[in-house]
Amino acid sequence: MRHAMKVAAVMSVAALTLAACGDSGNDSSPSGSGSSDSGKKSDLKVGMAYDVGGRGDQSFNDAAAAGLDKAKKELGVETKEAAAVNGENEAAREERLQQLVDAGYTHIVAVGFAYAASVGKAAKDNPDVNFAIVDDASDDSKGANVDQITFAENEGSFLVGAAAALKSKAGHIGFVGGVNVPLIKKFEAGYIAGAKAVNPNIKIDSQYLTQPPDFSGFGDPAKGKTAAEGMYQKGADIVYHAAGGSGGGVFTAAKAAGDGKWAIGVDSDQALTAPADVRDKILTSMVKKVDVAVYDFIKSAADGKELTGPNEYNLAKGGVDYSKTGGHIDDIASKLDDYKQQIIDKKITVPTTP
Amino acid sequence: MNRLNPRRILLGLSAPVLALIVAFVITSIILVLFGDPVREVWSTILKAPKPRQTVQIINAATVYYLSAIAVAVGFRMNLFNIGVDGQYRVAVFAAAVFAGQAWLPGFLNIIVAIIVAMVAGGFWASIAAYLKVKRGVSEVISTIMLNAIATGVVSWLLLKVADRKEGSNAIATKTIPESSQLEGLKLIPGATNRVYTLIVLAVVVGFLYWFVLGRTRFGFDLRATGRSESAAVASGVNVPRMVMTAMIASGALAGLIGMPLLFGQDHNYGTTFQSGLGFAGIAIALLGRNNAIGIAFASLLWAFLDIQSNALQITAGVAQEIVFIIQGVILFAVVIAYELIRRTDKRLEQQRVARELAAQRKAQPATEGAPA
Repeated sequence: MRHAMKVAAVMSVAALTLAACGDSGNDSSPSGSGSSDSGKKSDLKVGMAYDVGGRGDQSFNDAAAAGLDKAKKELGVETKEAAAVNGENEAAREERLQQLVDAGYTHIVAVGFAYAASVGKAAKDNPDVNFAIVDDASDDSKGANVDQITFAENEGSFLVGAAAALKSKAGHIGFVGGVNVPLIKKFEAGYIAGAKAVNPNIKIDSQYLTQPPDFSGFGDPAKGKTAAEGMYQKGADIVYHAAGGSGGGVFTAAKAAGDGKWAIGVDSDQALTAPADVRDKILTSMVKKVDVAVYDFIKSAADGKELTGPNEYNLAKGGVDYSKTGGHIDDIASKLDDYKQQIIDKKITVPTTP
Repeated sequence: MNRLNPRRILLGLSAPVLALIVAFVITSIILVLFGDPVREVWSTILKAPKPRQTVQIINAATVYYLSAIAVAVGFRMNLFNIGVDGQYRVAVFAAAVFAGQAWLPGFLNIIVAIIVAMVAGGFWASIAAYLKVKRGVSEVISTIMLNAIATGVVSWLLLKVADRKEGSNAIATKTIPESSQLEGLKLIPGATNRVYTLIVLAVVVGFLYWFVLGRTRFGFDLRATGRSESAAVASGVNVPRMVMTAMIASGALAGLIGMPLLFGQDHNYGTTFQSGLGFAGIAIALLGRNNAIGIAFASLLWAFLDIQSNALQITAGVAQEIVFIIQGVILFAVVIAYELIRRTDKRLEQQRVARELAAQRKAQPATEGAPA
């Protein structure tokens, strides 16, 4: 039995480690009451399956939640939410979608590319239900009743890259990626292209916090801080992060580095959402409007026109953009808008791989 | 010692039952403290599963069973193979890459890929075994370290061999050819999904585990070494060799863990492949007391809780992570319960012996005292 006690000790250490890795951000428990009488009533029932982290991750999932909240308020749809568990298998994702279908939800939004195969399968099994998937446009999730939502992150990153190059006094900027996956490389590619368009000789440091399948790079501010500190110390004066929750560490590092050092936010307008003490260090943010895409999906359904097929939300569609909160880039806004117009007019093609 | 002693059976059963009750009470208290709906949570978890969910429970249990058996082989010999987690990931990656190349046709591809997985898992475990035998490094430390290294090695190699699908953000190895994908068995009527074909693998492994450990000379040596190394040495067992063999066998079995998932569900290895199976295996082996049948029940219980918790967020509005608390409490309670019951059993045994001795002593003077 000493044997067993020893194992129990080891197990509890392992459990603690695992608990530290996975963030179970389900503190705000989903509420499913659609009985608010405000606004027009719609009989749509919208289920949302989040990626790991769920509502409250201050990033990607929250952006999707914002779209859902807007739909609930303006269209009066009934909603239900469920989040993924760290390290779960394919069957668990399928089951989550199927549970929502079983509970009578007619429109289901899956947040994150991990759901690709399960959305494809659920859509085939339930032809009467409409699905949307964020960040995937592969054959896995394809279906006559699937809205495949993707974003031109490279185009938005191009603009903040240009902003960084225009604002950098040192001619040296940085990029911190959360996890080394193709999606984040798209951010890096656009950022580099934008910076080089302004200043071909600019020096750009790039660093990824973790390698897949270790996805902790999206939720570890300490790692983000270390990486950004290194860049500021080596002389970079502006660092752009595409690292989800790790970005908080990048902002802390920017503040510690002092005057003249800036950070660039991602996904939402972080000069509004980051902790108050670091907001003034955020030059601009590359806004990825997951909320707009989610709302679009629900709104179209409410109007009787189901959105299906691949839908890329690019600059032209207003799916990505840069933010001006704080007024730090007002002086260069006209130049940035000029680049924006050139991308929309297809005079500039932004690469998707660095 | 008579194994079919009714008292022993009763005591043996009371430990898991006690643990379940304790887990139920503690989890309920936690739910009440945090203001969550206790009744909804339990009615969701204890609801009869639909056919679809029954299939999922069987499938999840299959994978857990393989993992727990891999761990149990080490436990029987007093080896703590914490590295099953790393071993299965290295193995499933190797098998996925191999099977994805489609060098061999259909079924043959599966068989050889499974062998590749066993070799890869065994190899990864052999590092820890070598360090223990030659350098005296505790296998607990080395396997934990090797888990971290496995994560790094696999992700590094995965990026090299990744097959990027158009429009997808996932990273995965090449999908295995359709002829090597196993559709599954229609075991449960009314279910749209199917039971993994490789459940056969779990049954075979379970039988071999019982047979080899319980019915062969090798198994006896292995258990003897686990009980007392010095006694094993005295009876002529080559202990370093046993350590090597047991560890590699544990690793090779760990290699099988991902096979049902690979051939029956995911068809490639990528960032969305299930993780943490090795740690679940440790818990389940412990709960099942390293017994082939016990582990089967423990796996089913674990899988039942996992699958039933899926609906928690939707029906009860409670995060399904609550199930981790239930599982953790069950584990702790079971360890404590086993210890309590072992002591009770010992005390009862002592009392019985004492009673018998006293009875003998009382009887003795009469017989001895009789003069010739």
